[in-house]
Amino acid sequence: MKCIWIVSLGLCLGLFAVQCQAKTKETLEVQKIAPGLYFHFGHHELPNRDNHGAIANIGFVVGKECVAVLDSGGNPQQGLLLKNTIEKITDVPICYVINSHVHPDHIFGNRSFKGRGVQFIGHKNLARAMQARGGFYLQRSEEQLGVKLAPKDIVLPDIEVTDSLTLDLGHRLLTVTAHGSAHTDNDLSVLDKNSQTLWLSDLLFVEHLPVIDGSLKGWLRELKALSALKVRRVVPGHGPVMGDWPAALKPQEDYLTMLLKEVRSMIRQGKFIEQAIAEVGQMATGRWALFDAFHKKNITLVFAELEWED
Amino acid sequence: MKMVRVIVSFLAMFFVNAVSAGVDDTVWKNELKTQFFADRSISETENIIAIEAPYRAEDAALVPIRITSKINQTNDKYIKKITLIVDKNPTPFAAEFNFTPLSGKADVAMRLRINSYSYVRAIAEMNDGQLIMAKKFVKASGGCSAPIGADLDAAMKRLGRMKFKLSGTAQSNEPNLAQLLISHPNITGMQMDQVTRFIRPAYYVEEVKVTFDGQPVLTAKTDIAISADPNFRFYFVPQSSGDLRAEVSDTDGNTFSQTYRVEP
Repeated sequence: MKCIWIVSLGLCLGLFAVQCQAKTKETLEVQKIAPGLYFHFGHHELPNRDNHGAIANIGFVVGKECVAVLDSGGNPQQGLLLKNTIEKITDVPICYVINSHVHPDHIFGNRSFKGRGVQFIGHKNLARAMQARGGFYLQRSEEQLGVKLAPKDIVLPDIEVTDSLTLDLGHRLLTVTAHGSAHTDNDLSVLDKNSQTLWLSDLLFVEHLPVIDGSLKGWLRELKALSALKVRRVVPGHGPVMGDWPAALKPQEDYLTMLLKEVRSMIRQGKFIEQAIAEVGQMATGRWALFDAFHKKNITLVFAELEWED
Repeated sequence: MKMVRVIVSFLAMFFVNAVSAGVDDTVWKNELKTQFFADRSISETENIIAIEAPYRAEDAALVPIRITSKINQTNDKYIKKITLIVDKNPTPFAAEFNFTPLSGKADVAMRLRINSYSYVRAIAEMNDGQLIMAKKFVKASGGCSAPIGADLDAAMKRLGRMKFKLSGTAQSNEPNLAQLLISHPNITGMQMDQVTRFIRPAYYVEEVKVTFDGQPVLTAKTDIAISADPNFRFYFVPQSSGDLRAEVSDTDGNTFSQTYRVEP
C-alpha cells in the first residue's frame, strides 16, 4: 500500500515535471479563424520591456504541402513560440515567412524561422527599409524591448514582391500583394483564397489608433482599392478579426480623412507644423486606444507630406 | 533562476534609465563644449535667445525646433551666428546659421532628427564675440519611431524642389517671416554593412544661402540632424520690392535654387 502511494506520488511528480517542461517550452495562444488559418491576438500596448515588443497580430496558414507564416513576431522568443505552435498543430513544413512590413513587432521573430527550406518574403522596398532602420532598431532594442537584438535578427527577404505573387501551399493559394506607400512604404497584404480571408496586417487598425509611417494619401488610395474586394473576413495588424468588409474599415477611414482635411486646411491658412500638432483632431481621442502615443506623430507626418501638395 | 532573471532585468532597467533618462550635461561639458568653442566662456543669460522644443518628440524623425531672439538686429548689436547642437546624436552638430543686420530678427525654426533623450542647445554668437546659450531637453519617443523619413521614393521624386512661403503680405522696412521648403531626402549614412546588400552613403543638404536682392539674409551650414525635406523659417527686411533667393547645395555637389518676388 505504502509502495503504491510512493509510486503514484512519483508518477504524479514525474507527470508534473513533464507538464512543467512542456509549459516552459511553450507555445503561443492561437485561434483557428478558418480551417488551416490561425491567428494570435496582439494586445493594444506600446512595445516595452514587459511585452518585449510582442504586440502585433501574427499567424499562419497551413496548406497540404507548406505552411506560410504571416509575420514572425516582435522578438526571437515570440518567433520561437509561434514556430513551436505550428509544429504542434501540423507536420506540414514551414516554407515561407511573409513579413508584412518593416516594423519591429512584425519582423523580429524572423531569426527563429531561419533554416533550410524556409524563404522570407517581403515588399520590394522591405530590404531598403530594413537597411535604413535596422541599425537603429538593433541599437535601441535592449533599452526599449529588454531584448538584445543583433545583426542576425535582421533577415532580408529572399523573395521580393513588386506587384503580386501567388504562393501555392498545396491545395491552397495565397495571393501576396505589394502596395504603394501607405502605412509604410513597404506594405504587403495576403489573400487566402480558400477561406476568403484578407490578411491586411497594419494596412488596417481596429481599436488601436492607425499609425502613419508612409503616406496618408497613398494609404487612402490603397484602402479604396482594397475595400472593393469581396472577402469573408479581414485580419488587422492590431485589433480583432473583422467579418464585415468593408464596413470594418469605416473608423480608420474616417480618422485618416479627418487628418487629410484638417491638416490640409491649416497648411492653406499658412499655419505651421507646431500649430497643427497642437490643434488637429483632438476630439477623436476617446475613440482609439493609444491615441496619445501616436496621434501627434501622425499629424507631423501628414503635415510634412501635404505641404508639398501644391 | 527566475529570481535571478528578475533581479538582472531590474538592474538592467535601472541602468538604462540612469543612462538614458538622465537630464545630463556630461557629453557637452566633457567633449562638445571644447570641441566647438574651445575655452571661450558661454553665458546662459535669458535676454538674448530662447529655444522652443517639445519635451517629448512625437516623431523622432521630425522634431520642430524654434529659436527666437529677444533683440532686433541692428548694425551696432546683432546676433552673428547661432550654432545648434544635439548632444546625444551620432553627429551632434546639427546646423550653424549666420545672420546679418538685414535679417531683422535672428529667429530660425527648423525640424530635427533626435536619436535619443538629449539636450538640444543653441549657442548665439554676438557681433562682439560674446557667446550666449539656450537649451531644452527633449525625450525622443520610442516604439517604431526611427529618425528616418517615411516615404523615400516620394522624397527622391521631389528632390531639389523648393518653395518660399511668406506669412501675409510683405511689409517694407520691417522683419517679415519667410519659410523655405527644400525637398531633399537627407539620407543618413548610418547603415550597418552586416545587414545590407547596398550601402547608401550619407546624402544631405550641407549649405543653404538666402539673399534678398543679392544681400545675405541667412546662411546655414547644415548636417544630417536636419530632417528630410529641410524646412526653415526666418526673417528678412525688404526696403522695397526685390528677389528673395535661395541657393542650396548637397553633399553630392548638386545645387538647387529658387527665387521669389517680394512686393511690399
